[in-house]
Amino acid sequence: MSDVVPPGEAAATTALELRRVVKSFGPVVALRSGSLTLQPNSIHALIGENGAGKSTLVKIMAGLYRRDSGEFLLHGEEVDFTSTAQSKAAGVAVIYQEPTLFPDLSVTENIFMGRQPVNRFGRVDRKAMRDEVERIFQRLGVALDPERITDGLSIADQQIIEIAKAISLDASVLIMDEPTAALSGVEVQRLFSVARSLRDEGRAILFISHRFDEVFDLCDTVTVMRDGAYIGTTAIAETTVDELVRQMVGRDVTELFPKQDAVIGEPLLEVSGLTSPGIFNDISFSVRAGEIVALAGLVGAGRSEVVRAVFGVDDYREGEVQMLGTAVTRGNPTAAMRAGLALVPEDRRRQGLVIDAGVGGNITLAIRRRLAKWGLITTGIENRAAQEWASRLEVKTHALDSVAATLSGGNQQKVVLAKWLATDPRVLIIDEPTRGIDVGTKSEVHRLLSQLAGGGMGILMISSELPEVLGMADRVLVMHEGRITAEIDRADATSENVMFAATHSSEVNS
Amino acid sequence: MTTITPAPAFAVRKSFGGVGRARELGILAALVLVVAAATVKNPNFLFSSDGWRDLLLTPSILVLVAVGQAIVIITRNVDLSVGSVMGLTAYLTGRLFIDIPGIPIILVVIAAVLFGGVLGLINGALVAFAKVPAMVITLGTLYAYRGINVLWTGSDRVNPSDMPKDFLALGTQQILTIPVLSIVAVIVLAGAAWYMRNTRGGREYYAIGSDPAAAELYGLRVTRRVLTAFILSGALAGLAGVFYAARYGSISSQAGSGWELDAVGAAVIGGIAITGGVGSVWGAAIGAMLLMTINRALPILGIPDFWQRAVVGVLIIGAIVLDRVLAVRQKRRLIEARDES
Repeated sequence: MSDVVPPGEAAATTALELRRVVKSFGPVVALRSGSLTLQPNSIHALIGENGAGKSTLVKIMAGLYRRDSGEFLLHGEEVDFTSTAQSKAAGVAVIYQEPTLFPDLSVTENIFMGRQPVNRFGRVDRKAMRDEVERIFQRLGVALDPERITDGLSIADQQIIEIAKAISLDASVLIMDEPTAALSGVEVQRLFSVARSLRDEGRAILFISHRFDEVFDLCDTVTVMRDGAYIGTTAIAETTVDELVRQMVGRDVTELFPKQDAVIGEPLLEVSGLTSPGIFNDISFSVRAGEIVALAGLVGAGRSEVVRAVFGVDDYREGEVQMLGTAVTRGNPTAAMRAGLALVPEDRRRQGLVIDAGVGGNITLAIRRRLAKWGLITTGIENRAAQEWASRLEVKTHALDSVAATLSGGNQQKVVLAKWLATDPRVLIIDEPTRGIDVGTKSEVHRLLSQLAGGGMGILMISSELPEVLGMADRVLVMHEGRITAEIDRADATSENVMFAATHSSEVNS
Repeated sequence: MTTITPAPAFAVRKSFGGVGRARELGILAALVLVVAAATVKNPNFLFSSDGWRDLLLTPSILVLVAVGQAIVIITRNVDLSVGSVMGLTAYLTGRLFIDIPGIPIILVVIAAVLFGGVLGLINGALVAFAKVPAMVITLGTLYAYRGINVLWTGSDRVNPSDMPKDFLALGTQQILTIPVLSIVAVIVLAGAAWYMRNTRGGREYYAIGSDPAAAELYGLRVTRRVLTAFILSGALAGLAGVFYAARYGSISSQAGSGWELDAVGAAVIGGIAITGGVGSVWGAAIGAMLLMTINRALPILGIPDFWQRAVVGVLIIGAIVLDRVLAVRQKRRLIEARDES
């Protein structure tokens, strides 16, 4: 079970095989030991928490990354892709969660770009392309106009285009990276029937998903990954959700995060009826002093959008945000900061840090105005403030003027945290606090958040990692397709009821 | 006056499919309106033999430059050096006739086109390999190429008397009342349009401009395509330089300065999205005709010279605002249609 694939399996029948593949980015090891075996005529599930290394594995198969070591076999032969063109030519097609299409070009052109059929004058044969697309669409049972531009198509339709591309390539291996994350129930069923018919043609399909019901519905085999390593492969018929969750988490959830008990006080942040059409709907919740509230849900559920609206980065149509009983001006981050809010965004490299500036400059960025004397700021004042925060958060860096880009993910996150903590917020909103951070620093970040809450700060934490949600939060809010579908207290929260609420639109009472 | 373009262009682009075609028709309608208005005021604008010739001849040079510019902009780049390239090749043309008496005209044309292509290659290599935005690179070569031109020419100038009569005749010669230069421009335009519409290479230019990141994921040879686009733009500016010499006969070190902006303006007015991936070289060519024709029509319509530049500015801003409004509307409609379904 915990050992790799049955060794007796003949290599000739294997469509794709990865053995102990390693990939690291500078000091961060994204994939410690990735193994995977895909058979023809099979739909294989790959599951694991965020950060387990699934995406890295996919990118290696797609030719976007090159492995540092390990074996990569396609139909029994060793391959080493250095570009996506090579992986495609070898018959490996990847469908990403967010398809990458050319928005200004037609559906047909998107399917054939780079390999259009041409006549002997070099003229692209539009009729042949169109016929082929119509044939594929007919087979898939979709009613898309092959001549329309792809701009404005739903994610589901864009994925259909990606699948059509894979079919027209005659790909023998089809990798779907969380294809259902942004799909409705009907769209998921359509995708599944397509996937099944592709399987029946003898193709090997890899299906990555966070939704267990889908894995059990669609797949015949499942591989679990955790912390960048292969854990095990089993037949779906021989396993259960509980068993898979245990393998994915692999540790006792309550022990990992040292959550301190804090006295929960008055409500600080109150959000009522927040609505932005098409993005989120009727969002109401409160965060009290000393409380950690987790906002759980699948990628694309609208969690980041909600906190961006709360913090004033984006505007909203209806509803109200209050801090300590006073309304916060909408669409104005400066007003939100003044009211005592702080937002640590998900994408720290782009939104949280001035990546080319020094550590010290980044830490003092949000408090420049306060540090300045008569409108001027001196290096001395800045360094003292930066030094204080850098040592309180134990940022590991040679010097305060080291460029932020050179730090590891965990240390970058600490710098962003220091920046916002320096503003002395009453409520800290933090989006994916430990994404892309190594395990050691992870628990440091958790300890820090716990301490902050113990000191009376209110914390609103978005997290896609279930153990983090269950371990840290006093209360869990679960979002699904732009709505809050469940509010669960710490005592009642389990991975099952949080997952259920994240994948179902019906209200769950607890 | 300023309502000329928006009115006809507004009615178009209703469907998502045939986006391009309709936009070009709108610009064409605007062109017809301008010509009609000027002709009503003064019938000679269209119906005298000089009027007819000027109508076709004046935009021919800009059409060439605008076609090259359009190809570059479609790849989400821009070539600001085309005016300087034109100036250099125009002077080269004159220089060749002076220094090599009796040189065949065709050799001079080839030399100018090749020289333009090399200047374009320098732009393209800097953009494609150094990964510096085209705006910055070609702004640099705009000045650098002009500087070389000034060094080379000095206070000297090429005069009509320095060049063979046959060559100068090309500048005004007509076949069946249609100027030779216009015929060449249309042939080049038709070739470019066919290439952009019907070949893999042409379609890849659109793909690269539409989403460069997706182009990488698709495994397209982005570097090579961008390089080629700049070479084409340079070569077409080179050909335009020869035209310029034949048409005007007198070439100073400032020949062609400011043309880069006319070329970008023509492309934008003609429906080429400045962010790449959208538009056609036909549109850019019609945009060039509209720009040049408006310049000639305004005095006839009694509008003072000072206003000409302002009108061009309004046209460009109007075209961009119109595109933006239509794009936002289309997006909203598509999203609403999706939410309802």
